[in-house]
Amino acid sequence: MAFEIGNPGLATTVQDQGRTGHYNVGIPQSGSMDQYSAELGNALVGNTAREAVLECTYLGPVVTTDSDTVVAVTGAPVEVKVNGEARPQWSRLLLKAGDQLSFGVIQGGTRYYIAVQGGIDVPEVLGSRSTYSLGGIGGFKGRKLEAGDVVPVGAPLGGGKLPPAETVPEEFRPIYAKEQEVRIVLGLYDHRLTDEGLANLLNEEWKVTPVADRMGLRYSGPGVKWEDREQPFGAGSDPSNIVDAGYAVGSIQIPGGTQPIILHRDAVSGGGYAMVGTVISADMDLVARAAPGTATRFVAVSLADALKARRDLAERRHKAWAALGANR
Amino acid sequence: MTTEAAVLPGARYTWGGDEFLFVEVSEAMSLPANFKVMSIARRLSAASLPGIVDICPANASLLVRFDPDLLPPKQLETAVREIERDLISHQERALETRIIEVPVWYEDPFTAEVAQRFREGFHQEPGGSDIDYAAKVNHLKDAAEFIQRHHEQPWLVSMVGFVAGLPFLFQLVDRDKQLEVPKYLSPRTDTPKLTVGHGGCFGCIYSVRGAGGYQMFGVAAAPIFDPAQELADFKDFMVFFRPGDIVKFKPVTETEYNAIQAEIAAGTFRYRQAPVIFELSKALADPEGYNRELMEALDGI
Repeated sequence: MAFEIGNPGLATTVQDQGRTGHYNVGIPQSGSMDQYSAELGNALVGNTAREAVLECTYLGPVVTTDSDTVVAVTGAPVEVKVNGEARPQWSRLLLKAGDQLSFGVIQGGTRYYIAVQGGIDVPEVLGSRSTYSLGGIGGFKGRKLEAGDVVPVGAPLGGGKLPPAETVPEEFRPIYAKEQEVRIVLGLYDHRLTDEGLANLLNEEWKVTPVADRMGLRYSGPGVKWEDREQPFGAGSDPSNIVDAGYAVGSIQIPGGTQPIILHRDAVSGGGYAMVGTVISADMDLVARAAPGTATRFVAVSLADALKARRDLAERRHKAWAALGANR
Repeated sequence: MTTEAAVLPGARYTWGGDEFLFVEVSEAMSLPANFKVMSIARRLSAASLPGIVDICPANASLLVRFDPDLLPPKQLETAVREIERDLISHQERALETRIIEVPVWYEDPFTAEVAQRFREGFHQEPGGSDIDYAAKVNHLKDAAEFIQRHHEQPWLVSMVGFVAGLPFLFQLVDRDKQLEVPKYLSPRTDTPKLTVGHGGCFGCIYSVRGAGGYQMFGVAAAPIFDPAQELADFKDFMVFFRPGDIVKFKPVTETEYNAIQAEIAAGTFRYRQAPVIFELSKALADPEGYNRELMEALDGI
């Protein structure tokens, strides 16, 4: 079976849990920006966490199914419509062949996900179905969806067995707030900031600018200061420059000391800007939900705290699947 | 290079959140630093620790991604520190690699057209070309001398990344002969695919079209990233370059460039390449003499 794409929306791509193991040659991990929301969509339609979904950015697509199927829309709050009639989000929806799925205006956050029973069945590239647009690999022909695309959908898993619950309980849905606290582990090149620069980073408020996409999010705020020094050979002339190095996913760089950039799932794998810390793995989905204008505070935590938060998130995920009676 | 100490002080270890270990071998770029990075990366890879996700050697540092659920951070740090310590007494002196000839059309019309669109506010000398500027800041006579210096000595692929398959290149010459050119004042939003660029002391080849801040000198004639894996050189993997590769640029004319395009279209293009053993001590002692030896491997290929 397949989905026929009418209006493709702003930037609709096929994504899954991502593609690791090739960062050493500059191929980023890609994958759903908000992994938590994407996988609960999969849970609702009887998939495992591994199946590919459609990631919709602000403006969603118009999708017509050519067969009877089961879908769920999770992620950022948005009006979901089937043949023009409102349907609930975070809930399983049964579609008949010829039914049309469409969306109203996004009410917060940045991205929502269409999960379908059997998953989006594009070929795997380097072990993943995720789209890496810049490199033109993965997903549907290596690019975002266009009008007229016919996107293949896989056969139902486990004989089409669906979990007992049809809806993700409220308590397991993320909050899409206009303020965020993002936990970071300081390190990498934070020692190159002045005390005042570090204080600005941690004590002041930063706002997500419109320059935010799958590669990274840029924040505006008071700026930071770098220690003056004689630059090492090969590092470039600005004190925010280093000899080009690998970039941790989630790391924060501050080119010229002005606007911090958090690198996200499609980020460049390396470059010549000093990083001052890294968003903890448990808060990467949170950052992915941040719309332009989101007021953000960066909170420094220890590596041990980061690991604890990672375990807590895994526990929450586990409980959410259990609440649906689904197997991850 | 002979003035540089081949022995480096201990690396700096720091965390990139809960999934990345960053090992800074040196703040400054040098051949010994890069060689040490590659040695650590190779040994860590050979150790096959469960929980290691990506090992990314860079110019003078190493980034390791790991799954902390399988490999506790401290255990990984201990393993890498042991490898680093062991290198002191068992330093790897040779690297099994290959030398590759990369045809380049210098002063081509594609990069010239893009450069035209990014002058005022982007470039240090908006009235001239990137290559004229590069010649000037390196105190060379003219563009021709710069091009000569660019291709007559080979380069080491010191890192692959930024975007898929993009090689960073470090020329195998003494530090006082290294070409150094500042990046654009502000990055361009466009760079032609296969642009041969330069920023700081690093050369590069842009694998895909897109943003970039390096000065532009020409275009490489053949692909270096081929997701469709149509050419024979990409049969095993869509990315051509690996860290440790040695690159010899070869200037080509428009006619030769077009002939290569025809070979690519016919699916018959192959890079000229030969296996070599790269020895750090020889490269440090007499770079140009050793480069001649390395380049001989391409004779008759």
